[in-house]
Amino acid sequence: MAEIALPAAGPVAAPITPAGAIARRLFSLVLIHGILIAGAIFMLLPFVWMLITSIKPPSEIFNAEISLWPKQFYGVENYSFALSKAPLLRFALNGVILCVGILVVQLLVAIPCAYALAKLRFPGRDALFVLVLLGLCIPVQVPAMPLYIALAELGLLNTYFSMMVPFFLSVFAIFLFRQFFRSFPDDIIHAARLDGMSEFEIVWRIVTPSAWPAIAAFSVFSAVAHWNDLYWPLIVISDAKLAPPPLGMMFFADAETGSNYGALTAAATILTAPLVIAFLIARRRFIDGITMTGVK
Amino acid sequence: MNAIALASAPPAAMRRRLWIERFTGLGFVLPAFILLALTILLPLVVLLLLSVTNYEFGGVSADWLGFKNYAKALADPVIRRAVVNTLVYVAIVVPGGVFGALLIAILVQRRRKTRSLYEVIYFLPVTSTLIAMATVWQFLLHPSLGPVNAVLKWFGFGQIAFLSEPSTALATLAVIGIWQLLGFNMILFLAGLTAIPRDLYEAAEIDGCAGGIDRFLTITWPLLGPTTMFVIVTTMITAFKIFDTVAVMTRGGPIGSTEVLLYNIYLEGFQYFHTGYAAALTFIFLAFILVFSAVQTFALDKKVHY
Amino acid sequence: MAAVDLASIAKSFGATKVLGGVDLDIADGEFLTLVGPSGCGKSTLIRIIAGLESQDSGSVAIGGKRVDHLRAHERRVAMVFQSYALYPHMSVRNNIALPLTMSRLSLWQRLPLLRLLSGQRRQVMRGIEADVGAVAAQLQLEHLLDRKPAQLSGGQRQRVALGRAMVRSPDVFLMDEPLSNLDAKLRVHMRTELAELHKRLGATFIYVTHDQVEAMTMSDRVAMMDAGSILQLGTPSQLYEKPASLKVAQFIGSPAINLLPASVANGGRIELFGRPLALAVAEGQGASVTLGIRAEALSLVPGEPGHAGRPWFSARLRRKENLGSEYILHFDLAGRDAQGVTMRASPAVAASLSEAAEFALGFDEAACHVFNAAGDRLEPKAPGAATASVVPLRA
Repeated sequence: MAEIALPAAGPVAAPITPAGAIARRLFSLVLIHGILIAGAIFMLLPFVWMLITSIKPPSEIFNAEISLWPKQFYGVENYSFALSKAPLLRFALNGVILCVGILVVQLLVAIPCAYALAKLRFPGRDALFVLVLLGLCIPVQVPAMPLYIALAELGLLNTYFSMMVPFFLSVFAIFLFRQFFRSFPDDIIHAARLDGMSEFEIVWRIVTPSAWPAIAAFSVFSAVAHWNDLYWPLIVISDAKLAPPPLGMMFFADAETGSNYGALTAAATILTAPLVIAFLIARRRFIDGITMTGVK
Repeated sequence: MNAIALASAPPAAMRRRLWIERFTGLGFVLPAFILLALTILLPLVVLLLLSVTNYEFGGVSADWLGFKNYAKALADPVIRRAVVNTLVYVAIVVPGGVFGALLIAILVQRRRKTRSLYEVIYFLPVTSTLIAMATVWQFLLHPSLGPVNAVLKWFGFGQIAFLSEPSTALATLAVIGIWQLLGFNMILFLAGLTAIPRDLYEAAEIDGCAGGIDRFLTITWPLLGPTTMFVIVTTMITAFKIFDTVAVMTRGGPIGSTEVLLYNIYLEGFQYFHTGYAAALTFIFLAFILVFSAVQTFALDKKVHY
Repeated sequence: MAAVDLASIAKSFGATKVLGGVDLDIADGEFLTLVGPSGCGKSTLIRIIAGLESQDSGSVAIGGKRVDHLRAHERRVAMVFQSYALYPHMSVRNNIALPLTMSRLSLWQRLPLLRLLSGQRRQVMRGIEADVGAVAAQLQLEHLLDRKPAQLSGGQRQRVALGRAMVRSPDVFLMDEPLSNLDAKLRVHMRTELAELHKRLGATFIYVTHDQVEAMTMSDRVAMMDAGSILQLGTPSQLYEKPASLKVAQFIGSPAINLLPASVANGGRIELFGRPLALAVAEGQGASVTLGIRAEALSLVPGEPGHAGRPWFSARLRRKENLGSEYILHFDLAGRDAQGVTMRASPAVAASLSEAAEFALGFDEAACHVFNAAGDRLEPKAPGAATASVVPLRA
């Protein structure tokens, strides 16, 4: 090893590291990274394959021989075909509208409610909180059918509103923000009241800014969930112009493109890209957000 | 006169303050409460009523059936198979998704330079749109065109039609489920690991817990208990709600081998419009979810051992 | 039992040099304290001895054998952490037993389920149980053995941490600020207990603290550290009475030593506030030095100052601080706003003084510590031929 080759440097001896210890350390490093890299390949394989296939010509895709890199660059054709066959950008835009719309209402509704549950005394507070806790256990698939019937009766199917309405109330947001607000110092709220602020101002100008980490975390959580949700849009949306990305992808795959994998993977790339790029840019926010919303 | 006014002033002001607090409190929760009533409570009541009728969406009338829908569901071989399939799916995804994530989290946590790289890689599937990625998986696993089979062939194995073979389809979906979940659970475990004081590992090292196995059994595993419990239950609930991959990749096939509860509810409720029957199925679905949640509540209460 | 010898230990974290070649020989059975301000490298040094951190260069020997290649648990050392680092999920009994189960049972006998296969396990466990009982008895922990750490008070946790260290009778005890999480009263009590424990066990104790009182009260020897090196090594009284540098003088002793600016006049004689003292050092004329005088070395000069032939200076009494058994008097130096001195006084003396009045404070040259501009101690030499002629401040 390198240490042995070095001349003994004066009276100061380097700490003894027997060759056995080095070998053991090296072995464990190889083992650890071996496992991690094998796992990473499993995680990345679909992404890599998606990107590669999206720039391959059909002849190479349907060739039994597997090649990692296309001999002929066919990306332009695949992507333009995908974009011409279905309004992919419209799907992505629908996803943005859906996520923003849901998030804005969720925050507007949940923040005052969470503040009241955390800091104000009023009749029925504890009962409401119990309802919130119970609401945490009820997935959207449960009230889906009555909501669908109601929306159908009101003639609201195939609207952005119908896609958003079951998610306007996030009991999870109420729960998360309440936990956060409870640790907000009462003294500051008292001081604000003495300064003549109304409760409305206290919520939005004093308490909310302090809860920024929780709000950011929840926003990430909410956006990821609704961008990727299929179940509810599948039920209320049949008009392709309104489809969010997952439903759009389903429409696209169902159409005549059937086994045109080049176009399919091109479409998948376009619809997956926005959120993945957002994640790569703000990955600390994403990871902290998931941590906070997950661990509570 | 003056003294009386002074004495009575504070309580009056207090009362006023209390009234304001009550009204603002009620005002602040009102929108949430209305939405809660309209999007959760009322639908639950309606669902309960539907489940005891033979109502079909679009129909004009409905007859009272009592618990016949429930009895029918419990006796229905299709539903039984769907429940069993769902539970098998959960039984594969939970150990794979939880212990795989724990292993990865422990290995990743000790990396200094490569930690964030691995974090990003493992987390990537969580943010990706599962429906789009399902299409890619379909292609990856394609019997003749997919690279997975090509690799298998290279190793001398036969071709496996992962998704069109009844014996492998559900397990394949479970592997994709693990792929989607692993990064999420890993992040939760990393948070749990970070919360374990470093002092404890050092004390253990001096006390003789030198090897990885000892360190894990003495410190990591017991102290990670609450996190593990939480991850297991959330994974169970997520896995139990499997729908997307079935809807896109197999549609319950081949030969019903991937029919799962939520997919059947979707078919009955929104394709065949057997609304009353689907309502009863929904309550069976909810019962499972509630049992999982209850397990979490009780187990977590017990697990608080320090 | 074992002596601990450190030779040229150096350690850097990235670009930050934490230890710069520390040499330290600790005798077998000695109670040695590493004391110094936070960030001086004392904790890193003790962690290197423990094997929790590896040095960049230099070597550690315990009992005459080099242990650099040994892992922490192979070095026959025990450590008590500032946070106690008790295993929160284990009872007191299991906390104390852990080092023994680790050393006396094989890996197979420790694994869940598999351990049921081992026949000898029960016998070994009985031996461990007996040893734990003996240690618990010594520390009066018997009634707490089945509790979890969270159910214990700070002092009890401290004793459990000690028990866990004692149970495998190590050659060397390492303690990293073990008392700093206790309240003041308990801390005083535990000082005595630790000192007695050291006497009883006869093992080598290496103790890290930032509290000079702990260092002074418990140790056989103290190593005062700063910026990664040892400034002075000696008995507590050596450090107090002959501080090797300004930093040591400032750090050791409470209230802090009084420092007065002085200058060197003709023949090495020192002048304080323009008046020569009967004190000379081997330093060139015009050099500025710092004079250190402990609070107890100052006294009030009765009657006309200068009469008694002792040096003195005048100061205004700003505040009297009552400690019960004595007073600490805070003075402002006349004409020097920023400069103050403290003095100890008996309650009887202090009671007779009124605040804001001006007094003459006298001292003996023999009690003065002189430091040069670099902060090193200057030994006084016999003053030059001229005899001390004390010139009064106001003639």
